[in-house]
Amino acid sequence: MKKMSKTTKNNMVTYLMVIVIFIVVQLLVSTGNVSSLLQGLLVPLCAYIILAVSLNLTVGILGELSLGHAGFMCVGAFTSAFFSKCMVETIPVTGLRYFLALLIGAAAAGICGILIGIPVLRLKGDYLAIVTLAFGEIIKNIVNVLFIGRDENGFHFSTKDSLSLGLEDGGKVIVNGPQGITGTPKDSTFVIGVILILITLFIVLNLMHSRSGRAIMAIRDNRIAAESVGINITKYKLMAFSISAALAGVAGVIYAHNLATLTAQPKNFGYNMSIMILVFVVLGGIGNMRGSILAAIILTLLPELLRALSDYRMLIYAVVLIVMMLFNWSPKAIEWREKYSAKFRRKKNNSAKEAA
Amino acid sequence: MSFISYLINGISLGSVYAIIALGYTMVYGIAKMLNFAHGDVIMIGAYVVMTAIAGAGLSPLLAVLLAIIFCTILGVVIESVAYRPLLNAASSLAVLITAIGVSYLLQNLALLIFGANTKSFSSVVPAPALVLAGGNLTISGETMVTIASCIVIMVGLTLFIKKSKAGQAMLAVSEDKGAAQLMGVNVNGTIALTFAIGSALAAVAGVLLCSAYPSLTPYTGAMPGIKAFVAAVFGGIGSIPGALIGGILLGVIEIFGKAYISSQMADAIVFGVLIIVLIVKPTGILGKNIQEKV
Repeated sequence: MKKMSKTTKNNMVTYLMVIVIFIVVQLLVSTGNVSSLLQGLLVPLCAYIILAVSLNLTVGILGELSLGHAGFMCVGAFTSAFFSKCMVETIPVTGLRYFLALLIGAAAAGICGILIGIPVLRLKGDYLAIVTLAFGEIIKNIVNVLFIGRDENGFHFSTKDSLSLGLEDGGKVIVNGPQGITGTPKDSTFVIGVILILITLFIVLNLMHSRSGRAIMAIRDNRIAAESVGINITKYKLMAFSISAALAGVAGVIYAHNLATLTAQPKNFGYNMSIMILVFVVLGGIGNMRGSILAAIILTLLPELLRALSDYRMLIYAVVLIVMMLFNWSPKAIEWREKYSAKFRRKKNNSAKEAA
Repeated sequence: MSFISYLINGISLGSVYAIIALGYTMVYGIAKMLNFAHGDVIMIGAYVVMTAIAGAGLSPLLAVLLAIIFCTILGVVIESVAYRPLLNAASSLAVLITAIGVSYLLQNLALLIFGANTKSFSSVVPAPALVLAGGNLTISGETMVTIASCIVIMVGLTLFIKKSKAGQAMLAVSEDKGAAQLMGVNVNGTIALTFAIGSALAAVAGVLLCSAYPSLTPYTGAMPGIKAFVAAVFGGIGSIPGALIGGILLGVIEIFGKAYISSQMADAIVFGVLIIVLIVKPTGILGKNIQEKV
C-alpha cells in the first residue's frame, strides 16, 4: 500500500466492496437472517452482476447499445449445461467439470460474439441495438426447436421433436426442445459466483486501463479522430464486443448450473432480460462498474423486499425506476441538486468558521 | 389458392405492424428516441375498447373512438411527465430506460386492473367475410377493414405532413430542432402532437390486432410492439413510406415463414431477414444514407 496510482486504488475499492458484501451476506446467512427465498436468489444475483459488468463494457466503454446480451448468456448456459450433462459420468470431479463448463460456455458465447460482431459492428446506434435484439430472439427461438439425443451411435439432432431423433434403446434425450435441458448438475454456489465476479471485474478493469482499453474509449469518444491516429477500429470494437459476450457466457454457465431444468423462456433469455441488464447498467452509471454491481443488487432485491406489497410491487418498481431516471438524468434535476449541494456546503463552511 | 390466402393474411398482419411502426418512426424522427412503451399503449387501447363494449355497453364505433381519445391523452401525458424532462439529458440512453419504466408501469397497471388471465376480445368489425373463387378463397371482414384502414391512415398522414402547417412543423423539427425553434416553431408542442398522433394510431392498431387475434393479456402489446419497431428499422426509421413497406414485408415474411417453413421458427426467420437487410443496407430500405463529415 505504498504508492499506488489513483486507478489502482479505485480498482481496489471495487474489489474490496464485493468482498465486504460477500462477507456480510455470509454472516447474515450463517446467523439465519436471510430467508430461504433470498438465499435462492444469491446465485442468480451473481450471474446478473456479471451480466451487468460485461454489458457495461459494451455500453459504457465501447459506447454501443446492445439489446441482445441475454442471447449470449443463453448460448453460454445451453452449451455448458449440455457439456455438463454429457460429462456427468465421464468427469466425476465437480471442480474440474465446472471449470471446463465455464471455459466452454465462455468460448461458445465469445465465438458467437465474434460471428455477430463482424457484420454487425458496422452499424451504428439504434440499428446496432435492433440487430442485437434480433440476434437474442433468434438464439432463444433456435434453442426452443432444438432436440439433441445420444445413444451408442453418437449424437442425434432434430428440429422437430424427440421422437424423430430415432434413438436406439437406452439412448437419452439431452436437449428436449421447449422443455430444455433437465438434470444439469447443480454445481454453482454463491462462493463460486463471487469468485467469478471478482475475475470478471479483474478482466474488465484491467482492459479499461490497458492500451487496448484506451483505444476502445478513443473510438467511443470520436471514431473518426481515433481512426485518423491509426487505431484499428474493427479490431478493437470486436475485441470489446467479444469479451463482453464471453463474460455474458460465464454468467450463463452460473445461471444454468443453478437450475434443475434449463429452458429458454422469454422471461430468462428474451429481450426482457437484456433490457433488465441494460437498466442495471444505466441506473448504476454508464461506464461505472461499481455502479452496475450496486444497481444489480438493489434492483434484484427490490421486488423481493417489496413482496409484502404483493400485487403492487412491480408497479412500485416501475415508478421507482422512472423517478430515479428523472432524478438522475433530467437537466433540471441536476441543476437543482447542484444548487442544493452548494447551499449545503456553504452552510457547512459557515458553521466551521463559526466554530473556529 | 392457399398461397394467395397466406399473402392476404400477411398483408393484413403487416398493415397492423405498419400502423404501429408509424408511431415508432414519427417519434423517432422527431424526438430521436425509441419509445419502448408504444407497444403497451396498443394493449391499453384494446382494453379500453373491451371495457367500453362489455362493461358500458357502448356501440363498437363509439368504443373505438373512446379508445383513440383515451390513448391520445395517455400518450401526451406520458410524453410530458416522463420523456420531456429528459429530452436534453446528457445520455440518450436515459430516456430509453425511462420508456422501459413506463412500459413496465402500463403492463402492471393493466395487470392490477384487469388481472393476468387472458380475456377474449370480441371482434368489433361488422363486415361479413368475402368468399371468392367459388369458396376457395375467403377473406375475413377483419382483414379487409385492417388493410383499408392502413391505406386510409397512410394517405391521411402523408397529406397531413405535406399540406398542413403542423405537419410542416414536424418535418422542420425532425430536421433541425434548434433552427426550427429559431423560426418560431413550437418545438415542445410539435413533439407532443407527434406523441398524440402516434398514440391514437396505436389505439387503432390495438383494436385491429385484437379483432384478428382475439386474445388480450397485459403483455399482448409487447411482441407486436417489438416487431413493429423492427419493421420501422427495416423500412428505414424516420421514413413514413418506409414504415408501410417495412410493416407489410415483415407481416408477409412472418406468415409465409409460419406456413411454409416452420411455425415455431417464424420469429427467427423475421429477425434473420432483418439482420441480412441491415447488413446489406445499414440504414434500412428507404433510409437516407447521411454522409459523415469531419
